[in-house]
Amino acid sequence: MRDVAVVGFAQSEHSFSDLGWTEADLVMPVVNEVLETTGLKRSEIGFTCSGSNDYLVGTPFSFVAALDTIGAWPPIAESHVEQDAAWALYEAWVRIQHGDIDTALVYGFGKGTVGDHVGISSLGYDPYYLAPLVPGHVAMAGLQARALKDAGFDVDPDPTAPPATDGAAAVILAAGDVARRVRARPAWITGIDHRIEPHSVGARDLTRSDSARQAAERAGVGSGSGAVDFAELHTRFDHEEVLLRRELGLDEKTVVNASGGPRKADPIMATGLIRIGEAAARIHDGSAGRTVAHATAGPCLQHNLVCVLDSEGQD
Amino acid sequence: MTTQASSASQTSDERVLHVLEFPGGYTRSTGPVIGRFLTGLRSGRIYGVRTPDGKVLIPPTEYDPVTAAALGAADEDWVEVGPAGTVTSWTWVDEPRGDHPLDRPFAWALIRPDGADTALLHVVDSGSKAAMATGMRVHATWRAERTGSVKDIAAFAPGEGPAEVPVLAGEAELEPVSVVTLPHRLEYRLRGGTVWNHFIDGMAVGQIRGTRCAACGKVYVPPRGACPADGLPATEWVDLPDTGVLTTFAVNNVPAAGAPEVPFISGYVLLDGADIAMLVLVSDVPWQDVRIGMRVRAVWVPEAERTRSVKNLKWFAPSGEPDVPYERFEEYV
Ligand SMILES: [Zn+2]
Repeated sequence: MRDVAVVGFAQSEHSFSDLGWTEADLVMPVVNEVLETTGLKRSEIGFTCSGSNDYLVGTPFSFVAALDTIGAWPPIAESHVEQDAAWALYEAWVRIQHGDIDTALVYGFGKGTVGDHVGISSLGYDPYYLAPLVPGHVAMAGLQARALKDAGFDVDPDPTAPPATDGAAAVILAAGDVARRVRARPAWITGIDHRIEPHSVGARDLTRSDSARQAAERAGVGSGSGAVDFAELHTRFDHEEVLLRRELGLDEKTVVNASGGPRKADPIMATGLIRIGEAAARIHDGSAGRTVAHATAGPCLQHNLVCVLDSEGQD
Repeated sequence: MTTQASSASQTSDERVLHVLEFPGGYTRSTGPVIGRFLTGLRSGRIYGVRTPDGKVLIPPTEYDPVTAAALGAADEDWVEVGPAGTVTSWTWVDEPRGDHPLDRPFAWALIRPDGADTALLHVVDSGSKAAMATGMRVHATWRAERTGSVKDIAAFAPGEGPAEVPVLAGEAELEPVSVVTLPHRLEYRLRGGTVWNHFIDGMAVGQIRGTRCAACGKVYVPPRGACPADGLPATEWVDLPDTGVLTTFAVNNVPAAGAPEVPFISGYVLLDGADIAMLVLVSDVPWQDVRIGMRVRAVWVPEAERTRSVKNLKWFAPSGEPDVPYERFEEYV
């Protein structure tokens, strides 16, 4: 494995109303900022990967409009996930592991303020058993909250969703010496993993998250050299923190979502990437030695990604 | 995602209502496992599928989520469950949406039918939140008109039953369910933003406006906030003439909203002074006479009828000038 670090992170001033920003308006400032903070030029980026969702704005291929901001012509090495950009970061990390490039730019953006979230999330479920009923993400979270409440956890069984948000975030990854050159204190990714559970929420024990626990074990949350100082968790609903603290093996000493977390700003498709960026920023600024970031997708924490960041590389 | 049909109209607060809709909905094959379950619902019965280790999954899946074993190939792998069951979790809805299964307050619930090891998501028509409890017993109530859909179960009701299933006329003659149709309609409320607003202000007076990149000088129309070549803001405004060259085109034989007639011609026009071709309609010319390199000019609606809309520009028509040699615009094709 090559040592790869988060060396730059920028996020927008998120908005809770539609300011009429285009995809380019959202993404360009954070891309420019993250390039400036690392001193890297667009031409020095080896790979670009983004995360977004066309249903958020009801426009096919909406990610293409954002490509203008990274200088996509003449053609560059670029990819896209129809998923939170935390997964775009995972793809970029894998791409750097190939060994032929040293840098990657990852960004995600979402306009949450213009659409119908219950309708949009329901279309993301299966078209046979779930989507025809239009349950939506809040009801799905409610089923999990109730299950936790029934199991004796001190949670609100009637969860509320975070406010709809427009925003974007960008991260730069760099390997080895490049990381050391562009950032005094790189946030080394010492472990990253993602796992998924059955789609059907009725086939799962909603008081557990096997996929979060497995991803945390494989990313090495519990096996590292030191305690976890800060954790940034993709908790759109309060009860999810209770569950994730247990599955990730975080104790009382770990400060969770010092940034405010997704409850304060939830620019869907960037929210998970922001967790990685915030966790890295605590290392960049010297306030932490070891942090954990988590991102999720699907109903009731179906798909979980865990990323462990450390001020020291592995070699 | 592709857009089958969309429409836009102005709302009172200056946002545009954008509707993304697939008339008739998406149709999908069910495959044998889901099809068998839905065929069962049409006949008023709930079937689960058995896994190799003896668990009964509801709703059935084609593969065991733990072992990935293929499920449901043999008749003996199928087992009728319910119709009564137990609520394993639930959440209350005070204000149902128009597309929800019930038009009065209800609970979403995970319901494990008797004889099954997993739970089905559906609605419980309990009348009040106070009447809901985890562990409560419920039974399916059925629609009279059943089509092979998860909505053939009208709702679950508190108690053991009776589980009366209204007769579905002519059911014996029906083919097994092999296709489902999912309606698809989403509403958005959009603001144009500064770039789009300035462009549309131009359209209101019959002026096509583009933006120029400060770094490379390229002119984009319709305007864009960023230059794809440099990744930098392209915010210098340029008024463009409404003449240009047709760089490519298609003859369309399927009617489309806004198109003059069938067949109609869509094409890319490189406006004079622009560095990107713009997608437009081409008309006032027999389709057999349309050619790449043809000089064209915009046809506008009369001044008195103009609104703040791209529809002011009806289409492009031949200008009568000599054709442009391909070499002069090949960079933009
Ligand atoms: Zn340029």
